[in-house]
Amino acid sequence: MYDYLWLIPFFPLVGFVINGLLGKKIRNEAIIGGIATLMIFLSFLVACGNFFTLLKDSEKVHQQVIASWMSIGNLQIDWGFLLDPLSALMIMVVTGVGTLIHLYSIGYMHGETGFYRFFAYLNLFCFSMLMLVLGNNALVMFVGWEGVGLCSYLLIGYYFDKKSAGDAAKKAFVVNRIGDFGFICGLLTLFWALGSKGVWTVNFVEIAENAHLLESGGVVVTVVTLAFFLGATGKSAQIPLFTWLPDAMEGPTPVSALIHAATMVTAGVYMIGRLNGLFAMAPDTMMTIAIVGAATALFAASIGLAQNDIKRVLAYSTVSQLGYMFMAMGVGAFSAGIFHLMTHAFFKACLFLGSGSVIHGMHHAYHKAHLHDDPQDMRNMGGLRKKMPITFITFLVSTIAISGLPFFSGFFSKDEILWWAFAGERGHWMLWLVGAIAAGMTAFYMFRLVFMTFFGEQKTDPRAKDHIPESGLTITLPLMVLGTLAAIGGFWGVPHVLGGIFGHMPNYLENFLAPVFEHTQVLNGIEIKPEMAHSKALEFGMMGVSVGIALVGILGAWFMYIKNPELPGRFVASFTGLWRAVYNKWYIDELYDAVFVNNCKRIGTFLWKGFDVRIVDGIVNGTAWVVKGVGSGLRYTQSGFLHNYAMAMVVGVVVIVGYYIFG
Amino acid sequence: MITVYHYLILSAIIFSIGTFGVLTRKNAIVIFMCIELMLNSVNLTFIALSRHLQNMDGQIFVFFIMTVAAAEAAVGLALMIAFYRNRESIDSDDFNMLKW
Repeated sequence: MYDYLWLIPFFPLVGFVINGLLGKKIRNEAIIGGIATLMIFLSFLVACGNFFTLLKDSEKVHQQVIASWMSIGNLQIDWGFLLDPLSALMIMVVTGVGTLIHLYSIGYMHGETGFYRFFAYLNLFCFSMLMLVLGNNALVMFVGWEGVGLCSYLLIGYYFDKKSAGDAAKKAFVVNRIGDFGFICGLLTLFWALGSKGVWTVNFVEIAENAHLLESGGVVVTVVTLAFFLGATGKSAQIPLFTWLPDAMEGPTPVSALIHAATMVTAGVYMIGRLNGLFAMAPDTMMTIAIVGAATALFAASIGLAQNDIKRVLAYSTVSQLGYMFMAMGVGAFSAGIFHLMTHAFFKACLFLGSGSVIHGMHHAYHKAHLHDDPQDMRNMGGLRKKMPITFITFLVSTIAISGLPFFSGFFSKDEILWWAFAGERGHWMLWLVGAIAAGMTAFYMFRLVFMTFFGEQKTDPRAKDHIPESGLTITLPLMVLGTLAAIGGFWGVPHVLGGIFGHMPNYLENFLAPVFEHTQVLNGIEIKPEMAHSKALEFGMMGVSVGIALVGILGAWFMYIKNPELPGRFVASFTGLWRAVYNKWYIDELYDAVFVNNCKRIGTFLWKGFDVRIVDGIVNGTAWVVKGVGSGLRYTQSGFLHNYAMAMVVGVVVIVGYYIFG
Repeated sequence: MITVYHYLILSAIIFSIGTFGVLTRKNAIVIFMCIELMLNSVNLTFIALSRHLQNMDGQIFVFFIMTVAAAEAAVGLALMIAFYRNRESIDSDDFNMLKW
C-alpha cells in the first residue's frame, strides 16, 4: 500500500489541472464540483488504505522517493514522501475534512461567478497541504508551506472586486512572508549546523537521527528552533503575527473552514511535531512557545468576547485554540497537541460550516426581500433553531465540544493539554491558570454566539425573517458527519485516568503516536512530574475545575443573553472604555500600523522619491542625455554627399597604407 | 623589354585615374565605370605578379574579381534604373535622402 503514497497529493493536483484549464469551458457546476470532490475523495481513500496498513504494521516509518530533485556533492534532495503515525493522522484529517468541505462548497458556492476557479484553488490547496504534510524533507515541506500560503492568498481574495477582500489577502500574504523568513533562516541554520558536524541533510528522518550531534540546550539549537517557531507563528496565527487570520474571514466560508481553521493554520503545530527532537533539545524555545501559546489563547479569547460578526468570533476562537496547541507543544505534550489539532479540525470545521449555513440562509432571505443588511452580523439573527434544525444541532454539539464539556471531543484534548501544562516537567501552574481562564472565555463567547444566533427572539428584518430556509443536503451532510466526529472523536484519546470508566479503554492516539514522540520525551526527560504522576485525585480535580470553569462561562452567557437580554447593553454602558478596547481588538492593528506598517511605508516612500527618482532615474536619464549631446554634435559629419564619403575612404586608405609603408 | 615594373606602373596609373574619376564625377554611370577601372587595374597587378612569381594564385583571384564585378555591374545598373525612376536623375548629388 505504501507504494501508492504519491497518489495522495497527486489526485488533487489532477483536479486542479482539469478545473484550472478546462473549468471555464465546462461551466456545468455539478461536473466541476464533482471532479474536485471526487479527486480529494480518491485521495482520502488512498490515505485510508495507508493509514490502516500503518496501523497494523510493526514498522512505523516509511519513505517513498519518486524522483531526485537536486544532487550536490554529498547532498541528495528528493521528491520524497514520509509516512509515519504523525503524517498518517494529518493526511486523514486533511483529506477527510477536505472531502466534506468540497462537498459542502458545491452547495454553498452555487451560482457564484468563478465557481471553477474556486474549486481549482481548493484542489491546489489540498495538493500543497498534502505535500507539506507528506514531504520527507524540509524543502518539500517548504514547497507545500509556500503553496498553502499562495492558495490562502488566492482564496481570501476570491471576491477580488471587493477592496476589503483584496486588502485582507495581501495582509495575509505579507504577514505570512515574515514567518516564512523565519522558516528559511531556521532551515539554513540547521543545515549549516548539521553540515559542520559532517551530516549534510534536510531529510526529517536523518535530522532526527543526527540531532544528538548538536549540543542540547545550546545556542545553535535554540536559534534554529526559535527561527522555526517564528515560521510557525506566521502560518498558525500566533502572537505577534496573528492579525491576518481574523481579516482572512473575507474569503468564502468553506475556505475559512478548510484553510483557516482545520488544516493550513495547524501547519505550524505539525511542523513543531515533525521536528520534536530538535525542539525538545531547546528548553528555552519550548518555554517561549508555551508562553506565546498561552498568551495567544487568552488574548484572542478576550477579543472573541465582544465581536458581533459570526465569522470573526470563530476566527478569534481559532487563534485561541491554536494557542492551546502551541502551549501543548511548548510543555512537551506533543501527542496532546496533535490530538487537539485533530478534534479542533472536527469541531471548528463544523462550526465554520454551520456559520456558513446560517450566512447562506440569511443571505438568501435578504436577497429575496431585496435588503442589503449584513448577513454575518449576529445582532440580526436570533431564534434560528427552528428554521435550521440540522444546522442548529450540529452547531450546538460542536460548541459543547469546543467548550470542553464531558465527554465530547474537546473535553479530552483540552484537559490533556491543561493537565500537562500543570503537571508536566516543563509546565507551570501559571500556564494552566491562563489556559483555564481562556477555556472559560471560550465557553462564554461560544455560547454567546449560539444564544445570539439560534435562541431568543428573531431580530431579522421582518420583511426577510420568513424566508430563511434550512440549507440543502450537500451542506447539511458534511455538518452531520463533522458534528458526529466532534461529539465522539475524543474517544480515540481517552486519558489513562479516565480509561477505567470506559472499560479500561487505552489511549489509542497516544499509543499510535508514540513511535514519533516517545523517544524524544524519554531522551529529554519530558514527563509528568513524578510526585503528581500517580495522583488520580489531583487529575480528576483538575478536570473538575476546568469543567466547572466552562460551566461558569456557559451560565454567564445564558444569564447575559437569554435571562437578561438587556444586561450586555448595561455592561457596555458602565465599562465603555474596556468594552471599546476589546471590541476594537485591543487596537493591535492600529498599533502595528503605527509602529511597523507606516514606518515601512515611510522608508518605501523615501526610497521611491529620494533614491529611485533622484539617483537611479538620474543615472539612467543622465546617460541618455550625454549620448544625445554627443550624437547631436557628431551628426554634422554625415553630410549625405556621396563624394564626401568616397573622399573619406580614400584618405583613410592612403593614411593606413602610408602608415605601413613609411611608419 | 617590358618588365613587371611597367605593368605595375600602368596599373597604378589606371587605378589613380579611376579614383580621381570616382571622386570628381557626378554622373553615377561614370562613377560606376571608374570603379570598373579600379577593379581592372587590380586585375592587371594580379596577372603581372602571378607571371612574375610563377604562381597561379593571382590568376584565380582575377577570376573571382571578374565574377564579382559582373554581378556588381548587374546589381549596380539595376539600382541606377530604380533610382532614375524615382528621381529622374542619376546625379550623385541627388543621392542624399539618408542625410540628417
